[in-house]
Amino acid sequence: MQAIKVKSRFNWLLPVKAGLLAGVIALLLALVGIVEIANQRPVIPGVLSVGQTLLLLPFLWAGYRAVRQAGSGEEAPPRFWLFVNGALAGLLTGALLTALLLVGKWINLRTVFINASPELYNLLTMGAGPAGVGILVPMIAGLVLGVVVAAISLLPERMRGSVVLGLSLIPVLAILSSALFAGRGLSIGSAIAVFVAATGGSYLWSIMQARVKERINNHPAGQRAAQWSRWALPVLIIALLPLLGKYPSEVMDMVGLYALMGLGLNIVVGFAGLLDLGYVAFFAIGAYVMGVLTSPEIGWTGIHLGFWGALPFAVITATLAGIILGIPVLGMRGDYLAIVTLGFGEIIRLVVLSDWLKPYIGGSNGITRIPKAVIGPLEFGTPQTLYYLIVAGCLIVAFASVRLKPSRLGRAWMALREDEDVAQAMGINLVRTKLLAFATGATFAGLSGAIFASKLTSIYPHSFNFMVSINVLCLIIVGGMGSIPGAIVGSLALVGLPELLREFTEYRLWVYGAALVFMMLNRPEGLVPEARRRLELHESEVESLDESGEKHVTVPG
Amino acid sequence: MALLEVKDIHTYYGAIHALKGISIHVDEGEIVTLIGANGAGKSTTLNTICGILHPGEGTITLDGQPIHELPAHEIVMRGVSQAPEGRRVFGRLTVIENLEMGAYARSDKAGIARDMERVFALFPRLKERAKQVAGTLSGGEQQMLSIGRALMANPRLLLLDEPSMGLSPILVEAIFDTIRQINSQGTTVLLVEQNALMALSIASRGYVLQTGEIVLHDTAAALQENEMVRKAYLGIE
Ligand SMILES: Nc1ncnc2c1ncn2[C@@H]1O[C@H](COP(=O)(O)OP(=O)(O)OP(=O)(O)O)[C@@H](O)[C@H]1O
Ligand SMILES: [Mg+2]
Repeated sequence: MQAIKVKSRFNWLLPVKAGLLAGVIALLLALVGIVEIANQRPVIPGVLSVGQTLLLLPFLWAGYRAVRQAGSGEEAPPRFWLFVNGALAGLLTGALLTALLLVGKWINLRTVFINASPELYNLLTMGAGPAGVGILVPMIAGLVLGVVVAAISLLPERMRGSVVLGLSLIPVLAILSSALFAGRGLSIGSAIAVFVAATGGSYLWSIMQARVKERINNHPAGQRAAQWSRWALPVLIIALLPLLGKYPSEVMDMVGLYALMGLGLNIVVGFAGLLDLGYVAFFAIGAYVMGVLTSPEIGWTGIHLGFWGALPFAVITATLAGIILGIPVLGMRGDYLAIVTLGFGEIIRLVVLSDWLKPYIGGSNGITRIPKAVIGPLEFGTPQTLYYLIVAGCLIVAFASVRLKPSRLGRAWMALREDEDVAQAMGINLVRTKLLAFATGATFAGLSGAIFASKLTSIYPHSFNFMVSINVLCLIIVGGMGSIPGAIVGSLALVGLPELLREFTEYRLWVYGAALVFMMLNRPEGLVPEARRRLELHESEVESLDESGEKHVTVPG
Repeated sequence: MALLEVKDIHTYYGAIHALKGISIHVDEGEIVTLIGANGAGKSTTLNTICGILHPGEGTITLDGQPIHELPAHEIVMRGVSQAPEGRRVFGRLTVIENLEMGAYARSDKAGIARDMERVFALFPRLKERAKQVAGTLSGGEQQMLSIGRALMANPRLLLLDEPSMGLSPILVEAIFDTIRQINSQGTTVLLVEQNALMALSIASRGYVLQTGEIVLHDTAAALQENEMVRKAYLGIE
């Protein structure tokens, strides 16, 4: 008995496991070069860089995990042991980095790991250099961080949340300011101010929240204001974003275009369950029809429309292409469908690139001088104005998705996704339902492509490669398959964030991969999951919320 | 005239000749059972009737109208629906949504509401679990849902493929009681079963299928006495 008790108080395995795992992640981050590159951007100049912040994360995670797992047992161990847990985990994470320094001292690792440079060693030792005691710096840092994490986790819940928020806001603001406004991070003074303001503000709010809400709810006027602000606030934020300037608007434009495509693919893959990997084809068709009908360079058509004149043709052509490409794959399912549609995407790109069609659509020279959209005196020329055009497109498409989902057609798609044969036997017209899914998805992609062409004023075949389809698929997986807000959040996460961290662009795929693996392990339903998916993947949690709370039994009563 | 008349149908899976000239008929108001060993072609027969498969040769008529060339979604509109082998409920949809999908081919709201009540009356368990996701139902509950979903099409002819599969003896008894009840409310039933004893006890007639051919056709009572049936399917020496 005694032995078991002691074991429950201190389980060595927890911090050791967490610490070593985090150490491996830290090593990986250091050796692929991502830390070093990010080191060039400051969070607080002279004190902390983005690279160092990145390297801090595994340490914090190790400490957090060790402390939380130890504290979650039936019998919470005394505080002292929590500190030991955190410190041990941090120490071990640091030990792996120290080991790297040690090995690097004797062997030139650069022959294998090109990023194992003296600068990296310098960074890992916080400038002390790998000679002498500097080598112990990661372990000491880990020890300190582990204790800090344990201390933070012992704070009362409200205060803990506020402190974490205040701390994480510092790098976030620093990155935003340097990415969007060419700033140089935060000064020590402003970092402290941010921390104090965010932590204090959020703590006060957490205390006062209930009372303020009650006040508001007691006044009819307050109630109305609260209801208004619930959707007026996001609308205001969305409407005012371009005020941030040219570059942020540019980023948001890309996010919007990808969200548009994401919403379209979400219908094909998320609603109807048809894995389409050639989705970029419809984007390309929308863009090329827009280009061919509007650019003064293309003479053979004999027509030169404006943006608005060409838009319906671009969209309708994409719709028709969706149907035409849908017909041959009607009988295919799952992986076969994926491979064949993948082929379609490439065929369209090769056709566009071919010399055969060069006189008509420009071949590898692409099409240039595509006009901007104009309404009266307003030209959608700058990223800021284009932003509104794209947001309008997103709104229309999101609205259509919201209406389609619970409709008769939406339910037919859902049944199709679940079981094709049975759906058919329930009276669902397989051919029509599938083609409508392909057509609707293609329509949205075509709209996105048409706006894209006018945004860039020139289009080239290489813009429409296979990676576009993959990016769109990734963003709906990360956002949450079948979820409409998910497509937008996914686009923000996978298109917007990498734009902010430009130096990471060469690590983009790396980050995608890591994000996807992380999502599949920790949040397989996506960031903003569809209610249905959440039910399915977290049955146990939902069941515990069930009012009856009883477990169902197979044997009848 | 028979409600369903299957005449000499041959069904193929690519090169596999699964049904080799099958003829059966089902009259209005009957319960007819189709028994046979694993792989005899029972499910293939049902799937051919409801249009998921199409016969290479032969005809199927419903009320004298040929239906064997129609797609599945049109056959359900003519009044034939199936509770398929292995239940195959829509796992991510709730019980209610599954039942609604069963009525997809219909547009009479009042009739759908009435049939929903009818299904809940037949299977009170489903009503208790109306909002539950079907994938989390127990096997027996899923079977009830599968039958209920087929009933929601308000069929004249209900095709049941092994409704007793994997259920405890008590539940098998209950399901067969319900089938009898459904039949007495006016729905004709074509029942495929491994559990020949139970099937013959509620059916009026039966067919015995062997490797894609009908080898025996008689009244249920006669089949229960038949030497070969007793040996091969009832396990009685
Ligand atoms: N999709 C298919 N492709 C090829 N052959 C098939 C297919 N489905 C069934 N078969 C073959 O057709 C024959 C009849 O199968 P069927 O499913 O109709 O049998 P069954 O009588 O329903 O058997 P069970 O009692 O095991 O359900 C079997 O030999 C089977 O292997
Ligand atoms: Mg079968």
